[in-house]
Amino acid sequence: MSSEQSAALDKRPGIVKVLLASPILGPIVALLLACIFFAVMSQRFLTGPNFSLILQQVTVVGVLAIGQTLVIITTGIDLSNGMVMALSGVLMASFAAQKGLNPILAITIGLLVAMGLGLLNGGLVTGIGLPAFIVTLGTLNIAYALTRIYTTSTITNLPASLTFLGNTFNVGGTAIANGTVLMLVLYAITWFAMKYTPAGRSVYAVGDNVEAARLAGINTRRVLLGVYTIAGLAYGIAALLQVARTGVGDPQAGQTSNLDSITAVVLGGTSLFGGRGSIVGTLLGALIVGVFRNGLQLLGVESTYQVLITGILVIAAVSVDQLTHRK
Amino acid sequence: MNLKRLAVLGLVVPLIAACSSTAGTPASTGSGAGSSQIIVGLITKTETNPFFVKMKEGAQAKAAELGVKLLTGAGAKDGDNEGQVTAMENMINAGAKGILITPSDTKAIVPSIQKARAAGVVVIALDTATDPQSASDALFATDNFAAGTLIGQWAAKAMAGKTPVIATLDLAPGITVGAQWHNGFLQGMGLVSGITGTATDLATSKEVVCAQDTHGDQTEGQTAMENCLSKNSTINLVYTINEPAAFGAYTALKNAGKEKDVTIVSVDGGCQGVQGVVDGKIAATSQQYPLKMASMGVEAIVKYAKDGTKPTGYTDTGVTLITDKAQSGVASKDSTFGSANCWGTK
Repeated sequence: MSSEQSAALDKRPGIVKVLLASPILGPIVALLLACIFFAVMSQRFLTGPNFSLILQQVTVVGVLAIGQTLVIITTGIDLSNGMVMALSGVLMASFAAQKGLNPILAITIGLLVAMGLGLLNGGLVTGIGLPAFIVTLGTLNIAYALTRIYTTSTITNLPASLTFLGNTFNVGGTAIANGTVLMLVLYAITWFAMKYTPAGRSVYAVGDNVEAARLAGINTRRVLLGVYTIAGLAYGIAALLQVARTGVGDPQAGQTSNLDSITAVVLGGTSLFGGRGSIVGTLLGALIVGVFRNGLQLLGVESTYQVLITGILVIAAVSVDQLTHRK
Repeated sequence: MNLKRLAVLGLVVPLIAACSSTAGTPASTGSGAGSSQIIVGLITKTETNPFFVKMKEGAQAKAAELGVKLLTGAGAKDGDNEGQVTAMENMINAGAKGILITPSDTKAIVPSIQKARAAGVVVIALDTATDPQSASDALFATDNFAAGTLIGQWAAKAMAGKTPVIATLDLAPGITVGAQWHNGFLQGMGLVSGITGTATDLATSKEVVCAQDTHGDQTEGQTAMENCLSKNSTINLVYTINEPAAFGAYTALKNAGKEKDVTIVSVDGGCQGVQGVVDGKIAATSQQYPLKMASMGVEAIVKYAKDGTKPTGYTDTGVTLITDKAQSGVASKDSTFGSANCWGTK
C-alpha cells in the first residue's frame, strides 16, 4: 500500500476502518438487529424450536452457498447450482426408491453427477477460458433439461436412509435436525480449509490476481478445477439435504436457488470482484434471509415484503463493500 | 488484526446464543394480538397470479369478518415446493390452527402436510388436490375435469358441421390440473373416451395437430400459437389453459389475419378473460370461484378451532360456462353474469 493510499485510508471515518478490518461485522450487526426486532415484535420468535427451524430452513441454500462462495472468491459465479442440485436429488431418489439400489450407492451416484457437472464448469472456465457466467448459464439449462428428460413426476416413498438428514434429535426440548448439524460441520471444515491450508489460501490468491498467483508458482488451473468440483460436491450434498427435508425427489426443486445462494454470499460480505470473502459471512447471510422470512411470516406480513427487504439488504451489502474498498 | 478477529468472534458467539437461546418461556413482549386469537394460514402457489390474489382477498375478507388472524405465504414461483414447505413450517410455529394450501407440487407437498396434521393442524387443499387426495383433511376446489368437459361440449356444438383442427395450448408437464382441463376438453368434444379426472398424462387424438406448453403465460401463449400456425395453417379451434394464454393466441391469430376463422376456448373466468368474451376474442370459458374456495376454507378452520369439527372430503366450489353464443344442451351463462361473478381486476 503506497503512502498516499494509507494517508487516504487514515482520512476515512472510523466505521469504514472497522468494516475493512472485519468484513463480517456488517452481517453480524444486521442479523443481530433483525433478531432483536423480531423478538420484540413476536413472542414466538425467540424460542429454541423456532430458531432450530430457521437453521433447518437455511440448510439447503446454506450448503449451496458454500460452493457459491468458493466460486465467487475466484471472481466466478455459478448460476447452475440449483439445477445441478435438482438433477442430483432426483437421481438419488430415483435410484434408491425406484431402481432398488442400495441408498448409499444411490447417494454416491448423485454426488458424482453433481461433481461431474462442477468439473465440467471448471474445465470450460479454465480450459477454454469462457466466462463463468456463460458456462454456468449453459450447465443450468443442461441440468434442467436432463432432469426433465429423466422424470417430470415427483419421486415418493423414499427409503428411510435417504431422509435421515431430515430427522431430528432433542437437545433440551428443542428438536435439531441432523441436516443442520451437517451444514454447520461443512461450514467449519470449509472455514478451516480456507483459512489455514495452502489450498485455501491459493483460492484467495487466484481470485485476487490470477496472474500474480501464477507467477508465485500456484497452479491456477488446478485450483479453479478444484474449486468448481468441490462446489459441485457441495451442490450434491445440498441435494441430499433437500431430498431429506421435503421427503421426495422433486424435479422442480431449486429453480431460484442460484440467486438465493448468491444473495447469501453477497449479504455475507464476499466481494463479487473476487479475492475477498468469508465463509462464516455466507452462513450469516443465509441466516439473515432465513430470519427475515420466518420473522415476517410470524408477524403475518405478506411474503412480497420479505423479497423487498432482501433486495434492499443486497444493495446495502454491496454498497458497503464497494465504498469501504474504493481506492 | 488477530485481536480484532477475536473481537468479532466474541460478537458472534453471544449472538448465536442469543438467537438460539431455548428459553422455554417465550418473551412476554406485547405483540398486540392476544394469544387466544385464532390463526389461519393461507399458502398459494405464487403471490402474483391474479387467481391467487383473489383467493387471498376472499380469505382476508372472511378472516376480518370472523375476527381471526390470517397469515399468508407463497412459493417463489409455480412449482416451488420448498417455498411452500417453509411457509407451512413457519405458520405451524406461529400457532396456526389450520392451513389452506394450493399445492404447487401435488405429490411433493404430501410429507410436509403429514407432519402438519401430526402436529394437530388441519390442512385443507384449495383449488388443487394433493396426490393422494386423502393426504389433506379436505379439498375445496373446482371440478377441473368438469370445467374442461364443459368447454369441450360447447365446442363440439359450436363446431357442428366443420371438421375440427385443434391446437391445445397447455400448462406444463406433470401438473395434474393441466391434464384435467385438457383431457376434460377432449372428452367433452367426444374425441376421446374413458378418461377420468385422475389421469395425469395429456390425452391426444388425430384432430389435435399441435400441443404446446405455455405455463399460463401470455407471451408464451403467443409464441406457441405462432409455432402451431406454422405447423398447420388450417387450425380452426384453439383450447387454452387460461385466459392470458388465450389472449396470446388471439394476438398470434390476429397477426396472421385468422382471428375471425378460429374459435378460442379457455378456462378460468377472470374478469379480463370475461372481457375477452365480451370483445369476441374468447368464444367460451369455464369460470371458477377462487374467492369462494378461500372464504369457505377460513370458515371451516375457524369452526374446527371453535368446536373441533374437522372438515372432510371434497367440496365442489362450482364452475359455470361463460359464453355469449349459447349452444342448446350445454348449460351456460352470458358475459354479464360472468362479469358480475368474475375474479381479478376488471
